[in-house]
Amino acid sequence: MSEGVPARDDVCPIMRIGDTLLVALQGELDDATVVRIEDRLTKEVARTHATGTLIDVSGLSVVDSFIARVIARVVGMVRLLGSEAVVVGIQPAIAITLVELGVPMGHLDTALDAEQGMALLRRLRVDGNRAR
Amino acid sequence: MATELVEPTEVVVPIDSEADLIQVRRVLRTEAVRAGLSLVDQTKLVTAGSELARNILIYAGDAGGELRVEQVRSGDRQGVRATFSDNGPGIEDVEAALTDGFSTNGSLGLGLPGSRRLVDDLSIRSAKGAGTTVVIVKWRR
Ligand SMILES: Nc1ncnc2c1ncn2[C@@H]1O[C@H](COP(=O)(O)OP(=O)(O)O)[C@@H](O)[C@H]1O
Ligand SMILES: [Mg+2]
Repeated sequence: MSEGVPARDDVCPIMRIGDTLLVALQGELDDATVVRIEDRLTKEVARTHATGTLIDVSGLSVVDSFIARVIARVVGMVRLLGSEAVVVGIQPAIAITLVELGVPMGHLDTALDAEQGMALLRRLRVDGNRAR
Repeated sequence: MATELVEPTEVVVPIDSEADLIQVRRVLRTEAVRAGLSLVDQTKLVTAGSELARNILIYAGDAGGELRVEQVRSGDRQGVRATFSDNGPGIEDVEAALTDGFSTNGSLGLGLPGSRRLVDDLSIRSAKGAGTTVVIVKWRR
């Protein structure tokens, strides 16, 4: 797989680094935009056969139950396609808020930042078909 | 202690379309900062507001609704009060609607109970056919 930028969009471009896709969710996202990013990312994983996907949410200042559910759903779809997915950069204030809101995010693989996310992806790829 | 307005001005945001959700979050963030809320408390207030505004979009539909935001004070506490009102179908069983996982929409059912956990006070005035008003308050710690 070659390096490059396979897909772009005015909001939240999807980058490709080797066999990993990286998407950064940022700014004020309305529901339709979140769903559109989910759709693009899923198609991009299928098209590129990326073995790992990093979803960087450090640029989000709010994650409500709808956005959280879409993030969890996209992780599920990426995994179904045979790729690993890691959510990176959840801001502490958002993590605290999501726990109190009661949105279940504990089953997701998460990392502090993109670098640790890449390391986690490498371990997950080695682990392969571990039970979830 | 009685809760009183800090200033007579209030901010009003119509809630008629998805784009209004972003404005709701913006206004709540601005007012939370003005009241001196911590980053975590700002985030909790904005998130609760996002849930309540989305409920208006989903359940009140074309009837529409609005958000009113005020700076309030009680004794030496300062905070933000946000009132979400709509002319939709109303909530038949408010107690049930405040229960984790209760949804007539097949969604998570966390909006109302979760919002209640995120703020200092949440009250609902609603009746079948009479619209819904949800008032939340978040105080500076
Ligand atoms: N503004 C509203 N008007 C009418 N019904 C509402 C309103 N807000 C909430 N409800 C009712 O309360 C239920 C619970 O709401 P909520 O806790 O936000 O969960 P969810 O939106 O996932 O169903 C909804 O399914 C709906 O039946
Ligand atoms: Mg809801």
